[in-house]
Formats: sequence, structure tokens, C-alpha cells
Amino acid sequence: MNRVDGKVALISGGARGLGGMSARKLAEAGAKVVITDLREDEAQTTLAAIKAAGFEAKFFKHDVAVEEQWEAAVKFTVQSYGGLDILLNNAGIAGSSKPLEELTLDSWRRMMSINLDGVFLGMKHAIPPMKARAHLWPGGGSIISISSIMGFIGGSRAAAYCASKGGVRLLTKAAAIELAPAKIRVNSVHPGFIDTPMLRSGEEAMNARHEGGFQKWVDGVVALHPLGRLGKDEDIAHAVRFLASDDSAFMTGTEVVVDGGYLAQ
Amino acid sequence: MNRMDGKVAFISGGARGLGAETARMMAACGAKVVIGDILDDVGRATVDGILNQGGDALYTHLDVTQEDSWQSAVKAGVDKFGGLDVLVNNAGIFFMKSTEDMTLADWHRMVSINLDGVFLGTKTALPHLKARAAKAPAGSAIINLSSIAGIIGIANFSAYHMSKGGVRLYTKACAMEFAPHRIRVNSIHPGLIETDMAKQVVKEMSSTMGSDNAVRDMFVKSHPIGRIGEPKDIANGIVFLASDDSAFMTGSELVVDGGWTAQ
Repeated sequence: MNRVDGKVALISGGARGLGGMSARKLAEAGAKVVITDLREDEAQTTLAAIKAAGFEAKFFKHDVAVEEQWEAAVKFTVQSYGGLDILLNNAGIAGSSKPLEELTLDSWRRMMSINLDGVFLGMKHAIPPMKARAHLWPGGGSIISISSIMGFIGGSRAAAYCASKGGVRLLTKAAAIELAPAKIRVNSVHPGFIDTPMLRSGEEAMNARHEGGFQKWVDGVVALHPLGRLGKDEDIAHAVRFLASDDSAFMTGTEVVVDGGYLAQ
Repeated sequence: MNRMDGKVAFISGGARGLGAETARMMAACGAKVVIGDILDDVGRATVDGILNQGGDALYTHLDVTQEDSWQSAVKAGVDKFGGLDVLVNNAGIFFMKSTEDMTLADWHRMVSINLDGVFLGTKTALPHLKARAAKAPAGSAIINLSSIAGIIGIANFSAYHMSKGGVRLYTKACAMEFAPHRIRVNSIHPGLIETDMAKQVVKEMSSTMGSDNAVRDMFVKSHPIGRIGEPKDIANGIVFLASDDSAFMTGSELVVDGGWTAQ
């Protein structure tokens, strides 16, 4: 079940967090994995863990906002492993928590350049090699983009993030319809709050700013998830692996919500 | 991955179609499977098939509209396998009727099977699922078969849509109610899948569309992926939702429709 033997996967932002765990899970399930990221040290750690377990992966340093670097990353993947079957658009930023009237156009554009341009460019440059191999698999090629529960609902001081993740959600559906004849499936994953380095990136600032600081904030966030905990990297990586495998062969243009019940209430 | 070792699953309407495919796949993934259905001979044959493959399964008669039938069916499963971890509310019917032609009796029949059946199954299985959830790493799981008909509308299918939309939101309400007990509740939304029910859909629509082939062509074109689904497409989704791989999913809709509702 959920095997991806013989497939080649490119994972943007694969150094750590959801991307790092997805890289491990896909490699364990039989894929050859290219991890791209700007964070070289953490990527090497993830890579070493995958290789130590006897699986196959490589690293390519990559800024998802830059088109030439996407071209190079896809080329590297095809040259390394002979093709591309699975694209995981995972790289993204949370941005700073700012009221709308204080949000600068520069920070808005930075958000869009990573969270939306990055996904568009990934699709654009991955599609040609994916098309060439889609006939090899019962479920064709698979593009998975990480959106968020914030692709469905609004969050205060998160306007740019919500806009970017809502964009990913509908970009996914448009791509799904367009690419269905080419046998490439396109789906989005919508995590709730997951215990990742991204989530913890605000820890120091929050401790400095608020009484109770980060832990109080986390307790409040946990209470918004009916299952009563934050998500784990692997909760998302398992959904990614399912969507990457032929077990989801009849799924395209769908949203897999992995949020501990956040959106259902 | 998607393993179900040691879990006991109850599948209503498991004699044939999606339910039978789910039963076979769960058994292959290590689950002990209880099939409840009104089609006794077909259900027993499905169980025999699982046993012949080295799986563990039990057939029990179940009329999902009757509370006492649910009680005896669930008891049979629990007596045989020692508990219950997964409930798949799969039993359901379909008919096509315009609002003018539909009688209140037609409407009530749809409610009794497609909605009463889900409620009664949930209610009856709940104490057993609770008991096992406490000890399982990812709790227990309920998977309700809704449909794309629980998301969008199709002319002259109104009773079916009513029932499947009900299942969709009943699922979310149960997810909230049972989360403290670590029971996850999710719905799955198939497009048209190659089953006996699909044959019935095609047959009923062919009277207005001319021929079975015209209806089938229309359905193939309605799925951007360019085909009608196979039972294993849905069974794979159900096994994912039943397994600990979906440990952080509850109140979610897993749409397995070849892109139908994305367009």
C-alpha cells in the first residue's frame, strides 16, 4: 500500500519540517528523491538520515522564487534519476504577523514570490518531464502542493499568507483540470497547525511580546484542534505519500484536509 | 503504510461493490473484517473469498434501517473478534426521481437506508469504538460513504443528494462530538464507480438519454480524468482513513472523483 517504487520525486523545501519528513517517507516507500531548499545544512542532515536507512536521495540548492533555479532543479533531477514523476510543492513561508494596514507591499510580494510564484514555477517546469513518464504509472504523474487551512479560512494578521494559500488551493484545481488529459494528477494538502520549525520560528518573538509567551499561544492553538494536539510532520507526510502513490489514482483537483478537525467546527 | 494489523472493522453493505472491495483490501492489510448486509448469499461468498485468501472475516445479516438488527450484527462481530476499531457506513441505495414523481414514501425510504442507517450504525458501534480508542495510538475511526452528490447537485437525483449531503454534515458533527474520545470521523465522496449501483444509475438515466452508452459517455466526460472509477479507487481511500496514517484527520471530506467537483 502507498508504495512509490521506481518513481522520482522532487520536494521543494525538503530540508526539514513537513518537506523533510515527506522526503523520508517517499524514499522509504521506494522513490528516488531530490530535496531542494535554501537551507543546505539541514538538507544534508535529512539526506544523511535517508541514506543511512539505505534509501536514495540527493540535494539541490534552490530558491523557488527564481525561475532559472527551477529550471536547473528539474534538470538536475532528470539527469540524476532519469525523469520526474512526483512534484511536492512544499516550500513556503509564514511571513511576519502584521495588521493589514502595516503590511508593506514588499513583504506581500515576498510572500507571493515564494508561496505562489514558487508553486507556479514548479508546476511549469516539472510538467514536461512528468508528461513524458505519466503513462508508466496506473495513477500517472502526481503534483502535490501544500496549502493550509488558511486556504479556506481567514486568520487575523495573516492576510498575505491566507491569500497565498487560497491561491495554491485554486491553482491546484485549475492545473488538475488542465493536466487531466496528460495523466498528471494535481491535489492540495491543507495542514492545520503542525509542530514544525516554521511554527516554532515565532517562539522568541512571542516570548518577548506576550505574557505566557509561546507556550500560552500553543495551548490556545491546540484548543482550536478538536483532536486536542498539534499535528506532526508525519501526519502530513502520510497524506503526501498517499497522494503520490497510485492508491489515489482517481483523485485529482481535491483538497486533503489534515487539520485535527479545525475546519469542521 | 496503511496497515490495519490487529484492527477489527465492521462494514455495512459489504456483500458487494465498494463495501466488498473495502473488506478484501482491509483483510489484506491485516484487519479482521465483519460484513453486514441484507444479501446473505453474496455476503457469505465475499467472506469465503477473504477466508480463502488467508484473511479473517465474518458475515452477519444486517438491515441498516432496523436498530435491533444493528445491535445483533455488531454483537456478532464483537463476540467473534473481541472488539471494534473501525466502522464503515457503506450501505446505501440510489434512485432517480423527479420531485413531481417522488412520493413521500420514496423519500422516507431513502432517508431510512442512507441516513437512519448511518445514525444507527454510529450509535450502535460507538461504545465499542470508544473502548478500543483509549488503547490505540491513533484512536478509532468511522468512515461514512457520502458522494459527490453530497457536494453538488444533479437534476432528478434530489432524494439521493439530500441523503448524501446529510451524511457529509452528520460526519462533521460526529467528528466534533467524538474527538474527545479519540474517535475520528471522516466522509469519502466517490464519483461514479463501476459497481452494481452505477449500472442502476446508467439504466435509470438511459430512458431520458437514449442509450446506456450515451449515459456512460456522459459520465466518462464528466470526470476530467477520463474514466469511471474502480472500486479499488475508493477502497484505497477508505483504508487510508481507517489506518493510523490519517491520525490527524477528522471531520474531513476525502473526494475521490476523478476531478468531477474541481471543475
